[in-house]
Amino acid sequence: MTKVAQRSLQAGDRMGTGASKVLVIGSGPIVIGQAAEFDYAGTQACKALREEGITTVLANSNPATIMTDRGIADVVYIEPLTVEVMDRIIARERPDGILPTLGGQTGLNLAVAIADAGLLDKYSVRLLGTPLETIRSAEDRELFSKLLADMGEPAPPSITVSSMDEARKMAQEMGLPLAVRPAYTLGGTGGGLVRTTKEFEAIVSGGLSASPIHQVLLERSLEGWKEIEYEVMRDSSDNCITVCNMENLDPMGVHTGDSITVAPSQTLTDKEYQMLRSASLRIIRALGIEGGCNVQFALPPHPVVDKAIGSNWEPNAPYYVIEVNPRVSRSSALASKATGYPIARVASKIAVGKRLDEIPNVVTQKTLAAFEPALDYCVVKIPRWPFDKFPAGDRGITTQMKATGEVMAIERCFEAALQKAVRSLEMAGRSLMWEDPDWRRDDSLLSQPSQAIFDYGQSCMV
Amino acid sequence: MSNDAYLVLEDGSVYRGEAFGAETSGYGEVVFNTGMTGYQEVLTDPSYAGQIVILTYPLVGNYGINAMDFESRRIQVAGFVVREHSEHPSHGLSTSTLHEFLASQGIPGITGVDTRAITRRLRSQGVMMGYIYSDSTDTPAPLPVTSSKSTEAASEQALARLRGVPKYGDVDFVKSVTTGEPYGWDVPSDVPASKHDRILVADFGLKYNILRLLRGRGCEVMAVPATASAGDMMSLNPAGIVLSPGPGDPALLEYMVSTVHNLIGRVPIMGICLGHQILARSLGSDTFKLKFGHRGANHPVQDLSTGRVYITAQNHGYAVDGDSLPSGLEATHVNLNDGTVEGLRHRDLPVLTIQYHSEASPGPRDSEYLFDRFLEMVRDNRA
Repeated sequence: MTKVAQRSLQAGDRMGTGASKVLVIGSGPIVIGQAAEFDYAGTQACKALREEGITTVLANSNPATIMTDRGIADVVYIEPLTVEVMDRIIARERPDGILPTLGGQTGLNLAVAIADAGLLDKYSVRLLGTPLETIRSAEDRELFSKLLADMGEPAPPSITVSSMDEARKMAQEMGLPLAVRPAYTLGGTGGGLVRTTKEFEAIVSGGLSASPIHQVLLERSLEGWKEIEYEVMRDSSDNCITVCNMENLDPMGVHTGDSITVAPSQTLTDKEYQMLRSASLRIIRALGIEGGCNVQFALPPHPVVDKAIGSNWEPNAPYYVIEVNPRVSRSSALASKATGYPIARVASKIAVGKRLDEIPNVVTQKTLAAFEPALDYCVVKIPRWPFDKFPAGDRGITTQMKATGEVMAIERCFEAALQKAVRSLEMAGRSLMWEDPDWRRDDSLLSQPSQAIFDYGQSCMV
Repeated sequence: MSNDAYLVLEDGSVYRGEAFGAETSGYGEVVFNTGMTGYQEVLTDPSYAGQIVILTYPLVGNYGINAMDFESRRIQVAGFVVREHSEHPSHGLSTSTLHEFLASQGIPGITGVDTRAITRRLRSQGVMMGYIYSDSTDTPAPLPVTSSKSTEAASEQALARLRGVPKYGDVDFVKSVTTGEPYGWDVPSDVPASKHDRILVADFGLKYNILRLLRGRGCEVMAVPATASAGDMMSLNPAGIVLSPGPGDPALLEYMVSTVHNLIGRVPIMGICLGHQILARSLGSDTFKLKFGHRGANHPVQDLSTGRVYITAQNHGYAVDGDSLPSGLEATHVNLNDGTVEGLRHRDLPVLTIQYHSEASPGPRDSEYLFDRFLEMVRDNRA
């Protein structure tokens, strides 16, 4: 039994970032879509950086977090996450680098604002983890489409129109349903999915007037397609791995945060799995991210589903890229728990120049972070909606996330994982076979998506 | 309700599950694979000849069996052991279930067994021979398994039978999986095939994806039997030769070693998996058996010249002894998990070998670039 022991490149050979003091940006207040998982990520980041002998300065506006506790960071600022405050913190602490990728979208947005205010140059401090241009491109729909085109990665077919006549003509060509997205409106105001001519007329004309430049994007609707995501890591030496992939039980059209999610994917052949894995790696490389990244794809549905949707077009690519989060995301937190791979910890070490093959695997204690977890179990996540606290709230599940929490269950088979997760929702003893007595009175209640899982349960009982 | 089925291991341990696939008996070396997708490719990979394969991922058969994912003409494993098989696949390409596929080719399977327990045993004890049989199988014993006593008797008989079968390491499986006649890979491709880039693939148990990838790179591709002599091969005027992966202990395959010995230096050679081991042996290196092998889709391999790490698909039970490399032959790649040799090159001779699977299928495609590197070697050699 022999070994080739030497690893050719040791720590000294690479270009280190040389950072000795790093400012970590927290995710601020808890909001829907951005909750305790970012507290966990920030806490891991502070601990991981301190292990590397780096002085860690933490800025977060939310004192009700673990990361702001004594002993997590070296210096803690509980201050508003604004450019003015960051200016003062950076002036006083003079960090070498700013790590914004663990504080959710809040962290990334603040990083862009800091850069726009010229603070990076003023204090010669570097942004760690994700390049500024990548942050901008991932958020701006136009830049993102251009970026995908440059990379040769397929985006859903779409066309920009600036008048009702033009829109009607294109709709004739493309057919309904279509996703309508007005340009430059906040949070997609005035857009939506149109299935009928009547909806089309109303939403497109509304969208045209809502858009300051009178422009709307008509995009092929991928509603009903499979939604798959990959968690990817990359280091400064361009080593890439995928931590895991996840398949949404709820197809495209339901926000991932509101979807029941399974890890690993359940209905993909190896060719499909590897096709999307390779695409994820190409994307994280092209974006130049040093750390973690989340890539979401749409894959054509099973022919039976396709028929049910009444799809009337031929896709021009085997998959479409839907979204890229160039940071540690809510899904990263799930992937971490599902696989045991500490994404936030590894991402932090990568951000300060460590390579994947230099970071020990804390699970095995023997191997390195340069590997891909192989599960011998199945993981199910179910979102927890707060409808019990808002009885009058609209229970419709759409592309806007409404869940305020989630449960995750691990089991050797899917059914058991699903049942465990349902029981963990703490909904007064509900199991998969739960039925609401009110359904007998009013069966429209059954069709509510937040009840869908019980609906499936009912249909299995016959 | 299916019949009970049993996996009896050489060390006397017995695992009970349900029979699926063909209700027959089978024996082989019991190995585990940790990949989460790609069961059809695994089943049809000739490198698994003579082996009973356990998948550690518990849900198998979810996307059925399709016409595209064959890596050879037929199922090659001797038996298949899963935690749970899906009787209702969900995939547009699926044409049959896993059960139907195994049954149609007479391959026994067991489902509902504790695959984690078996894997842990193999990891601690090393791989060993095993025997699969079910209650309906008339071998080893047509016993009604109602009492634990008769179960014991049946497993005793299975164990006795297991002692009588040839050991995995004593059998030349290559002869049973290699092609009888040379054949060209004529599947249409967007890229025209160039006669100047005629690549022979020595079929030690090749996977179709090697042929697909070479053809896709504009090569004229031809598979030749493992028993072809060096003269046979050179008479076909190859620009390069790929030594394919395959099953079994390379130390048994002296005829291939001597063929390769006669080819080295005359034409650029790429060795994959068994091909890598054969080439290393033909230059005087030793090989040894790993305790439980590397089988899966997540093995990190470091390229020693660049420091880059690649996640690779692996399937091997033997490895090249890094201490036995003759002068001139050097390790280019190393496995980050256990430090074993994963790739070789020679200072003077046009050879490039890897222990893992650049053709993937199943597994990550990160290493397909090695075919390009080999073809560069081929084109340099011609120039």
